[in-house]
Amino acid sequence: MIYEVSNLAVIIFLFIVGLVLGLSFYFARKTKSAASYYAAGGKIHWAVNGIAFAGDYLSAASFLGICGMIAYSGYDGFLYSIGYLAGWVVALFLVAEPLRKLGKYTFADALDSRFNAKSIKLAASISTLIVSVFYLIPQMVGAGDLVVPLLGLPHWMGVLIVGSIVIFIVATAGMTSTTYVQFIKGALLVVFSTILTFFILKNGLNLSPGNDYHQFNKIGVVVESDNSFRVSDSTYVVKSNQIVGNLTFIKLEKEGNAGWYKLSNNGDDAFLEEAPFITTTSTGEKLYNGAPKSERKFYQVGHLSKIIVDGVEVDKTGSLGPFEFIQAIEKSEIVRFTKKAFTDGEDKVTVYYQEKTLGKDIMKPGLLYKLSKSSGATFWNRLNFLSLMLALFLGTSALPHILIRYYTVPSQRAARKSTIVAISAIGFFYILTLYMGLGAMINGVLDVESSNMSAPLLAKYFGVGIFSIISAIAFATVLGTVSGLIVASSGAIAHDFIDKYLKVEMTDKEKVKAGKFAAIGVGIVAIILGILFKGMNVSFLVGLAFAVAASANLPAILFLLFWKKTTARGIAWSIIVGIVSSIGIIVFSPSMWERYGLLAKDAPIPLDNPGIISIPLSVITLIVISLMTQKHNATKDFSN
Amino acid sequence: MLHESTVMKETDNAAARKAKLGVKLFFIYTIIYAGFVLIGLFKPELMGLELMAGQNIAIIYGFGLIVLAIVMGFIYNYACTRLENKLNKN
Repeated sequence: MIYEVSNLAVIIFLFIVGLVLGLSFYFARKTKSAASYYAAGGKIHWAVNGIAFAGDYLSAASFLGICGMIAYSGYDGFLYSIGYLAGWVVALFLVAEPLRKLGKYTFADALDSRFNAKSIKLAASISTLIVSVFYLIPQMVGAGDLVVPLLGLPHWMGVLIVGSIVIFIVATAGMTSTTYVQFIKGALLVVFSTILTFFILKNGLNLSPGNDYHQFNKIGVVVESDNSFRVSDSTYVVKSNQIVGNLTFIKLEKEGNAGWYKLSNNGDDAFLEEAPFITTTSTGEKLYNGAPKSERKFYQVGHLSKIIVDGVEVDKTGSLGPFEFIQAIEKSEIVRFTKKAFTDGEDKVTVYYQEKTLGKDIMKPGLLYKLSKSSGATFWNRLNFLSLMLALFLGTSALPHILIRYYTVPSQRAARKSTIVAISAIGFFYILTLYMGLGAMINGVLDVESSNMSAPLLAKYFGVGIFSIISAIAFATVLGTVSGLIVASSGAIAHDFIDKYLKVEMTDKEKVKAGKFAAIGVGIVAIILGILFKGMNVSFLVGLAFAVAASANLPAILFLLFWKKTTARGIAWSIIVGIVSSIGIIVFSPSMWERYGLLAKDAPIPLDNPGIISIPLSVITLIVISLMTQKHNATKDFSN
Repeated sequence: MLHESTVMKETDNAAARKAKLGVKLFFIYTIIYAGFVLIGLFKPELMGLELMAGQNIAIIYGFGLIVLAIVMGFIYNYACTRLENKLNKN
């Protein structure tokens, strides 16, 4: 562990969790009917619903994942912010009001309102369930990441705690308590992110992030004519030499302490630079900089190597305005820590080497998504970028836990107004993510093992108080979003599948009971997946959920609303094709290949984001099948 | 807590015109968003160019897309509310 647990953090954390549970108890007494369980009785005020939308949407992925991605890859992480917000334009202008008019509790209701077809009920409930589970995984992973520094508990405990609390919230009071939890959390998140950004700007840029920041060792080397080298300081002994691609890593030992260094050779000037490293020994033991985690030899990283203001090099800038801050970063030079893994004898070694990066490269796309020819971008790199931007744009308005929030307000007008409140709050927050991410990048707070912790750790830099509050909010963020997702999935199982598809006779009370049991089941699945997917960037995972949602649900929604020839079979098949193709591509993608312990470059499909293939495929399916089943449609389309 | 009364059956004479407006605004935003993605795809070096006030195109375009979504949202709501008030009088 590289951070200490604070009592204040534990107290604030318990307070927020207590508040959330208290609310659930309060609303549990009021939740008696199916309408109140699934849609809060359609009685939520639009302003509350709008902030609750923001609460739903600003999940762990936005707060933890995007900030983390910006902290490690600069502007490329901000692309997620832009895409996530742009998705709301689709939701507001095309989907919000008509969908609200068609549906009752779930998005399957709306899709099916014209046809009353079994195939749609089944397909829509399956897709709701799958998208929700995909979205649940990153929330649970984020929860696990959070409790490590906050409460000093292992990752799996965090997942288990969130899972249990959420199952409790949902199973007691359904959508009403979920809405108010989201409202409180959405509001707190925006307010405290603003405060954190204020601190970042006030702090400005500084070459030394803090008194206890690690001083990196730099050792000169002499390169011989045959390209071999020797270390100038003869007290160091070279223990190992690893070449990974065009990088050379050297293991040096001095007085019994061994460490990894990266070789830099710019002709005249050659030197070795210290790189923090994690070793997994043949017995499975994990060592941090050569020692068990408890010895705390691992340290937080991220600093500036050069600050230039008005053409002059300075040590620090003092407080800066929002635009000055970005400008100052653009002119400066930042040390990022890039990961490389290799095997050294029987050990598996992961080093995080220093990579000096120009500010102007950080403030434009390209560090994560290689796009320009000079950086060696391939066709697939560019397709990946296009695919991501497409899925983010089209995914929002197809997310089941967002869609159900159109039914919690009393009217279409309220649905529209709450969407606008949501866009404003979310848009403002996304602008802040850039500052929080960059702040984490330069202030020596990053834990290279978990990009997700960047924002909370940045808060810690400014004091334990704000760290505790931010972490507790982040935890509540996970709680709220997971609750919303579980309500959506329990709706898919109990309302769409058992009630409408299987046509099991149930009283209103039994419907609520079925929903609660479904919620418990989904919650348990989410806990298991959250533990399995530890260590992946949560924003990347959510990007995949968006791709599945955009492929499976959005063509169905848009064509139903805007194309008269759409048929029930067209909708059902497009949902199925969307799910199968998007998940199929993900399963065979480079990121998943790495997850299976194989080499990313050997993956059968060189595409990480499936949207660019699966969305058009789903659209084509819908059009072709609809045109083929026009006759069928004439007899089915009785309700319209 | 804030609760509104539920309007169960809604007849909305403004629905068609609101939908038309929504589609129009959607296309305007989509074109601008596509412009951003296309620059990234085909002229990524353009993103680093300083446009004004010391900010590059990536920052101005990116922030611009976020602010534009909010502004268009308000315009849409204003127009829709007017249409509803005008057409749903009875």
